[in-house]
Amino acid sequence: MTMTLVRRPGLARLRATDRGPLYLASAGFVGLVVAVALLAPWIAPHDPNTVELGNALAAPSGDHLLGVDAAGRDTLSRLVVGARTSLLGPLGVVVFSTLAGGAVGVVAGWRGGWLDSLLSRTTELTLAFPGLLLAILFTSVYGEGLLAPVVALSIAYLPYVARLARSLVLAERERPYVAAYRVQGHSGTDVCLRHVVPNIAPVVLAQCTVNFGYALIDLAGLSFLGLGVPALTPDWGRMVFDGKSAIQSGYPLSAIVPCLVIILTVVAFNVVGEHWADKVAGRNR
Amino acid sequence: MNFVRFAVRRLLEMAATLLGASFVVFGAMYLAPGNPASFLLGGRSASPAALAAIDRQYHLNDPFIEQYARWLGNILHGDFGRSIEYRTDVSHLLSSRLPTTLLLVGMALVVVVLLGLALGWAGAVRGGATDSAILVGTTFAIGTPAFVAAILLQGFLAVELGWFPSSGSGSGDGIAAMLWHLTLPAIALALYLVGMLARVTRSAMLEQLTSEHVAVARSRGIPERHVISRHVFRNALGAVLTTAGLIVSSLLVCTVLVETAFSVGGVGQLLELSSTTKDFPVVQAISLIIVALFMTVNLIIDLLLPVVDPRITLGTRATG
Amino acid sequence: MNTTEQHPADTPRPAPGGRPNTPAALDIRNLRMRLPHTARPVLDGVDLTVGAGETVALVGESGSGKTLTSRTVLRLLPAGTTTEGTVHVAGDDVLTMNARQLRHLRTRTAAMIFQDPRAAINPLRRIGDFLTESVRLNKIMTPAAAQARAGELLEAVGLTTEVPRRYPGQLSGGMLQRVMIAAALMGDPTLLLADEPTTALDVTTQAEVVALLGDLRARFGTGLLFVTHDLGLAAAISDRVYVMYAGRIAETGPAASVFARPRHPYTKALLDSTPGLDAPPGRLVAIDGQPPDLRREPTGCPFAPRCAHATELCTTETPRSMPARGEPAHTAACHHSDRLEGTPGDA
Repeated sequence: MTMTLVRRPGLARLRATDRGPLYLASAGFVGLVVAVALLAPWIAPHDPNTVELGNALAAPSGDHLLGVDAAGRDTLSRLVVGARTSLLGPLGVVVFSTLAGGAVGVVAGWRGGWLDSLLSRTTELTLAFPGLLLAILFTSVYGEGLLAPVVALSIAYLPYVARLARSLVLAERERPYVAAYRVQGHSGTDVCLRHVVPNIAPVVLAQCTVNFGYALIDLAGLSFLGLGVPALTPDWGRMVFDGKSAIQSGYPLSAIVPCLVIILTVVAFNVVGEHWADKVAGRNR
Repeated sequence: MNFVRFAVRRLLEMAATLLGASFVVFGAMYLAPGNPASFLLGGRSASPAALAAIDRQYHLNDPFIEQYARWLGNILHGDFGRSIEYRTDVSHLLSSRLPTTLLLVGMALVVVVLLGLALGWAGAVRGGATDSAILVGTTFAIGTPAFVAAILLQGFLAVELGWFPSSGSGSGDGIAAMLWHLTLPAIALALYLVGMLARVTRSAMLEQLTSEHVAVARSRGIPERHVISRHVFRNALGAVLTTAGLIVSSLLVCTVLVETAFSVGGVGQLLELSSTTKDFPVVQAISLIIVALFMTVNLIIDLLLPVVDPRITLGTRATG
Repeated sequence: MNTTEQHPADTPRPAPGGRPNTPAALDIRNLRMRLPHTARPVLDGVDLTVGAGETVALVGESGSGKTLTSRTVLRLLPAGTTTEGTVHVAGDDVLTMNARQLRHLRTRTAAMIFQDPRAAINPLRRIGDFLTESVRLNKIMTPAAAQARAGELLEAVGLTTEVPRRYPGQLSGGMLQRVMIAAALMGDPTLLLADEPTTALDVTTQAEVVALLGDLRARFGTGLLFVTHDLGLAAAISDRVYVMYAGRIAETGPAASVFARPRHPYTKALLDSTPGLDAPPGRLVAIDGQPPDLRREPTGCPFAPRCAHATELCTTETPRSMPARGEPAHTAACHHSDRLEGTPGDA
């Protein structure tokens, strides 16, 4: 029995994810978060870094809808502007790991040979490094900044995408149409790029949506440790980090609001990704 | 003997992977901007004499490969080097903090296994509203990062309601106090994995429930609870077991978040402190230990799987 | 709970060919079954008996309802099924049993041998566990007694005593089907149901398994309902035959009589489409058309659209089962039985 990991564990074996209301709400929430991130500078009610020390830890009011944090900054504005950093990091991880991992997986599956054996060798090594651990290792070397953790997570996620792409290509290669094109004289590369890659792309992209949620979790965790994102940059994980001492003194709002937003965003991306994966799987069957 | 040969081969493979991992962990230091000595000092000011001492202590003037070999040799003898921040042996730092973390991980593991299997079982067997509730619940469990769970539990159950201590590990006050202090951290640590394990269990059991041999077992008058335990759950165990490595590594890594949130003085908190203070020898040691534990668990599972599933001949499982 | 004793009308009739004074191993009367989302019943008034110790073949194309009929005997029904009629096994009505009685039926009274032994036996449990689990878990035998009986039965089906320690993956398909047969005999059942037990096996193994089934049936005095699409096999093994088409019994009678002088055009068509070693070459004829659609309510004879002998009458009136002249056990549900070639009616 050979087991191929087609998705990251967790949602991996679940096929019958909830449809209907949960999916629609999730898709709506994803759209909302993305829109907020794009329009952040125009819709944030305050400058996210303006400090009103006299107002620190104020409860929600007409002026500060979600209250003020311990440093006297408007929580809603930090949330809105923080959507940019919080989504940009995972986006970088997903784009890089998908392009690189997809390319490696397609070539390894289509061609086999040394790249294939190299992939399976390095996969074992990379699987042993959980994404968060690799990111901590990298950031403790490089110091502040989003680049190091994004690179680390991209490397950590790459083998998952590569293995998925590889197994899909292997299955696709056996299908009759591939042989038919080859017999008609089309080159292998041509068939691969013009037919195989477009055919497997939907599955890989659905997986990426789920990966986005995981990357968001890992990057937010890193910010929560005070690593990665620079101190003053508004970021959801960083907001929890900044708000955690206020919790101890009974002012949980500035930490809990970003917590809830993180949960909702991750759940929304996971549900949407699983829904797409199901649709794609249903179509292929 | 077949089994011994397989075990030896897997051990050698694991050693090779560990060697690769140690190379990554050691080499990462040389990717840092600037020279290694100033990196090791982590921005702390130092006299030229101190820099020279660092150079000597870490043999930074030797060729890279020699440094690596010496570092690796020391680790094999249990010497993980010295912490720059604490000016003490890393192994000493670790051994004083390890019991707390192991207790925390152990508690979380118990929660994950009991709750994950029970929820997955209930969802698959009961179906209907129970199943839908479990599906929605696990969707949120999987979407909740460990540190978010930690902050929410701390904010509500510890600070607001005062049911649990909000920080510390309670070490020094006896095992009962420790269990009490570590309850919320363990739940926070377990939440994501409970959701994951419940889903893996559920879908593996559902797959079995529709299989012919289960229908046959029913047709032979075997009582339903035995059909579920002896055939459905038993056959789902293989899929469940393959997630064990991931569960253990995820528990270990996420202690960094949970121990930080609850100010628990364990290895996870040490990883957080040392990575923010750039105490690199400590980061290296903890990373390597986590990777090694993950591989050990996976090795044990590889050796165990043929026992659980006789169809798997040794070594045919792809890793993951 | 069990009302069968109080209603003489429900008491099963003794089966033809059965021993006197014992209830038939199986007696199905007027069984109608509907699945959700189908217009016509999947089983439509099925009457079928298997006498004690008798071997009966149930023949038909896939989709004719023969597997459903056999599964109904153990009440292995798909969800949402509605049934009418009675199914008595050794005198007790299966369709009205409670859970405990049903378990008793499945462990002690009737047992089924399935088509694909490789799918039917849990691959993760040892053969010994599979053989004994039903009698052990229902506390019918002690583990030691169960083990002893399993050993005897394995010997009876021609397997060695080291087989119980093996896993299913270590045995061939033929060996596994022997295990399946031994397992079915563990509770000393009155009735064996064999659902295409040889289809998944290769040809030589098929013959062995069929011979073995015949042997064991005689040795243990078990009634056997043998479900197959293979007419040759049915002729070889059975005392009597039922031919099923579209959820109805088209024709039934002693095996020799049905195969020599079919009285239903469907049986004849089946015989003509079956390659036989003794049949002259060139006579192999496929049956035109398709079995009737489950989504449409049929009128008249369900075989009429595919039948060469069909008349106006066939499309309007459903034929009833009528015995052949001078041969009361051989009945066919056809308006034109007498027109069939080789059926002079004076047999």
